[in-house]
Amino acid sequence: MDDKKAVVKVCAGTGSVSAGGGEVLRAFENLSRSSGIKTGFNNRCMTQKVGCRGFCSRDVLVDVILKGEKTTYEGIKPDMVPRIFEEHIIHGRPIREWMAGDEHKRFHSGQTKVVLSHCGEIDPEELDAYAAAGGYGSARKAYTLMNPEEIIEEIKRSNLRGRGGAGFPAGHKWEFARKTRSDKKYVVCNGNESDPGAFADRCIMEGDPHSIIEGMMICARAIGADKGYIYVRDSYALAVQRLRRALKQCYEQGLLGKNIFGSGQDLDIRLYPAPGAFISGEATALLKVIEGKRAMPVPRMHRTAEKGLWNRPTIVNNAETLANVPGIMSRGAEWFAGLGTETSGGTKVFSMTGKVNNTGLVEIPLGTTLREVIYDIGGGISNGRNFKAVQLGGPTGGCIPESFLDHQIDYESLALAGTIMGSGGMVVFDQHTCMVDTSKFFLEITQAESCGKCTPCRIGIRRMYEILDRITKGKGRLWDIELLEELGAHIRTTSLCGFGMTAPNPVLSTIRHFRDEYAVHIKDKKCPAMVCKDLLSFSCIPENCTGCGMCKMVCPADAVRGIRKKPHKIDQQLCIKCGSCFDACKFGAIHIQ
Amino acid sequence: MDECLDKIIDNYLENEGNVLTILQDIEKHYGYISEDAVYRIASELDIHPSHFFGIASFYSQFHLKPRGKNIITICRGTPCHIKGSEKILGRVRMELDLLGDEDTSDDQLFTLEEVNCVGACGISPVVAINSRVQGEMDISKMMQEINKLRATD
Repeated sequence: MDDKKAVVKVCAGTGSVSAGGGEVLRAFENLSRSSGIKTGFNNRCMTQKVGCRGFCSRDVLVDVILKGEKTTYEGIKPDMVPRIFEEHIIHGRPIREWMAGDEHKRFHSGQTKVVLSHCGEIDPEELDAYAAAGGYGSARKAYTLMNPEEIIEEIKRSNLRGRGGAGFPAGHKWEFARKTRSDKKYVVCNGNESDPGAFADRCIMEGDPHSIIEGMMICARAIGADKGYIYVRDSYALAVQRLRRALKQCYEQGLLGKNIFGSGQDLDIRLYPAPGAFISGEATALLKVIEGKRAMPVPRMHRTAEKGLWNRPTIVNNAETLANVPGIMSRGAEWFAGLGTETSGGTKVFSMTGKVNNTGLVEIPLGTTLREVIYDIGGGISNGRNFKAVQLGGPTGGCIPESFLDHQIDYESLALAGTIMGSGGMVVFDQHTCMVDTSKFFLEITQAESCGKCTPCRIGIRRMYEILDRITKGKGRLWDIELLEELGAHIRTTSLCGFGMTAPNPVLSTIRHFRDEYAVHIKDKKCPAMVCKDLLSFSCIPENCTGCGMCKMVCPADAVRGIRKKPHKIDQQLCIKCGSCFDACKFGAIHIQ
Repeated sequence: MDECLDKIIDNYLENEGNVLTILQDIEKHYGYISEDAVYRIASELDIHPSHFFGIASFYSQFHLKPRGKNIITICRGTPCHIKGSEKILGRVRMELDLLGDEDTSDDQLFTLEEVNCVGACGISPVVAINSRVQGEMDISKMMQEINKLRATD
């Protein structure tokens, strides 16, 4: 890079766009274009949008690279841009008070970026930017220098396992498809990512769409497929838009279509915006959607790698799995395998959210401990509260208590703790989270999202939800905990697909680790975390109340009575227990019990 | 209207005969799955209408009733839940006077929807107003947004 040139990189992921990233970028562009700026800087200042770097809570993040030195600013608003431009870019004086602080360094220093290495560095909408970073070199190598068996061998040696949840070795899957004879084979990228709380795939699809296409190209070469589908959730509007653009660029440059790299092999990849259903992340259900049917899983008499889409061999890989492939091909299987543990190579991206100081995307080598992730990278629990549990694997995963924090993160250890890797959702709870309410929340999702095909899942989860609902309303029965355990075990063993088999996990894992909390709800009709509405009552402490009227103003039910500057009262008949008064009171005068 | 249905059918034939693309096109064009359009396309292609409704009722992307002018989508993902999305949801339902399983206000100005996750968990709780994602929402910000939309009507 020309060291006289200033480069401004503005984050352009969904989080940043909502924080005003588009306006910030435009402000930089306008300034560098406008002739009013001295010294004709417009030739030397390049502005660029980049993918999400995973630290969305501090958006808008802006990098200014001047003379090869990178300065990161956080929380930038459009009106702050002129000062950065004037002082930093023109006069070379970085603005200290806006620079990203220690938390930012701490958040990034503990991570190993492999899949996310391009996110935040290159412009996701330009093929040239991806190519300049070495992009499509691996695909070229795979199509011109390697035969399919060599590619599969390389992936097998890298120990790459499926990042969608189950963790099946990718190389073996590819080999099954390779060995099955068929007139047509397919490669499908699973970008459904319907686990609430997981957004790693979204960031990869938004921030580095070409890496997924390149991964699919290599997979297609290895198994001999000439058709591919990228299956993306329709609510990921920006990801759909960027992938569509990336595919168009690939066709224009001849990277997709007929006779790729002169190898004689063709590949056509289509984007498939999914109509939205949690269950369609399950491989057999996903294939039904592409065939234009209801997303209902089918019993796995065959592997999808042998008999998938329209009964042809089909590889369904998660977006993160595919995005790992180009790196493995260019840097070698040994390097990748060396990053992880003995049984699973590479890194995993987690979406760390909830009651933790630094929320965002965290990429760590497999084998890191949970404590390192939550306390070192995440900066500990927010508001100085205590850690209670961490939920891994989305609504079909499980909760892990503090005693498991020093366990390392890999597929086997997590299974021992009663949860799954899933798609990398990691939600941290503090003592103000009620485990019964949380389980109920997850079952509310799973009972609504069950496709309805098999009875244990369709009816069983609904019954579990009803039991949890009555416990949170103070109507629990003494034998409810045992009943939940029994029902959960049955659903686990008798459901048709992975969804039903894992759906009781949140309840079973919280009963295992937090049985007392269930018992208190049932026997004492109390919610220790002060969450379950029906077990609470709100009242006003007259000594603390200044009569400011804030609670009265926010109460949606007109349940607060009182005149200004006199202590107020809450009408228990009208109170809907929404907690708005508690949040609004600045004097600690609202008492919950 | 006929021209539009023709286009939808053309697109269907191009897309390897996928019924989902028809429904996606109808939703995009009418804003919901219009019964009339489904019946007309069904007779044109000689596919039973129940086949269309069977699929449409399965997916959250399709709506069988007309929707309001403004769409408020409240994220109900885990991170948003533990940061209070339920409170926002309850308050908006009350503000828009939505009873039972109603989702559209009587004046047809607002439709309230829930989504499992929009993937912007770093800035939870999240609400999308007419597809524009807004992070770190609370009740008072939400009320301001609703009033702004009411004023522009």
